[in-house]
Amino acid sequence: MSSAGLRPWAVALLLVLAATSVRAIDQEPPLPDPERQALYERLTHEVRCLVCQNQTVADSTAPLAADLRREIYAMVAEGRSEEDIKTFLLDRYGDFVLYKPRFLFSTALLWLAPGLLLLAGAAAIGVVVRRRAALPADQDADENPPAGTGSGA
Amino acid sequence: MTRFLLPIFVLAALVALLVVGLNRDPSYVPSPLLGKQAPAFSLPRLDDPARTLSNRDLGGDVALLNVWATWCSGCRQEHPYLMELSRTADVRIFSLNWKDDPDLARQWLQTLGNPYAATGVDQDGRVAIDWGVYGAPETFLVDAAGKVLYKHIAPLTSEVWQKEFMPRIRQARGQRP
Repeated sequence: MSSAGLRPWAVALLLVLAATSVRAIDQEPPLPDPERQALYERLTHEVRCLVCQNQTVADSTAPLAADLRREIYAMVAEGRSEEDIKTFLLDRYGDFVLYKPRFLFSTALLWLAPGLLLLAGAAAIGVVVRRRAALPADQDADENPPAGTGSGA
Repeated sequence: MTRFLLPIFVLAALVALLVVGLNRDPSYVPSPLLGKQAPAFSLPRLDDPARTLSNRDLGGDVALLNVWATWCSGCRQEHPYLMELSRTADVRIFSLNWKDDPDLARQWLQTLGNPYAATGVDQDGRVAIDWGVYGAPETFLVDAAGKVLYKHIAPLTSEVWQKEFMPRIRQARGQRP
């Protein structure tokens, strides 16, 4: 594959794609321990920026997000545990700060609703199917005439 | 009958859920600090960096801690009301100058007036994080023992003052609310 074969638009597209992986938000060097660096990245992607609420602190350029990244970076570098760092944030900003909320009484509905709705839907289908099955065959045909036959009143 | 009642019931429940949900302000984040001890801090004072303002200075009686900055337009809007409070209300107002240029902050207080008993300079925003600050202006009400009683986010107005602050201040002082 020679570069001479690449069209200008393809070069432009590649440059744009390459730029999406560049993270120029912070100047801090990556942490020496790759595991710690991974924890830092995971946490900043899980923590909500409270100024621009639909962004994580990893995505946001808001000054408060930068401060929170700095605090998280310092705590990760100090060797504090994930639990510990999350507790630090929860104590100050409450559950809303985590994109993945803890399972609590106040968040139970949020966590259980999809399952409950699925069960309700399955139950409704079950009831309808059973009722239909119990109907005599001719009555069923009467209710839903096949297309084209036209029962005509 | 139940054939019609059930869908109507489900619809009513959904409408009730949406009415409640849509009337809530999603940008309002309740503070987990309410009812808890105010976070400790010690910051250089804006008027004299050699002196400090700490959470102990707030104690003794109810006090307000107002978070502001010169880059914050809501703070400018709020300022005249804080001036009025400093003259008329019998409450000490302290402040946190948040992520700001101290020179600009001093200039602001010189030109617009200084409603604060003392101001701490939180230039790197560390103390603000401890207090769970996310959008100036914010105003905390702290009781004599240093417990956070209330937090208001957005500019203070006389309406908010009468409705939310005064009853809590009277109660904290052992007066009839």
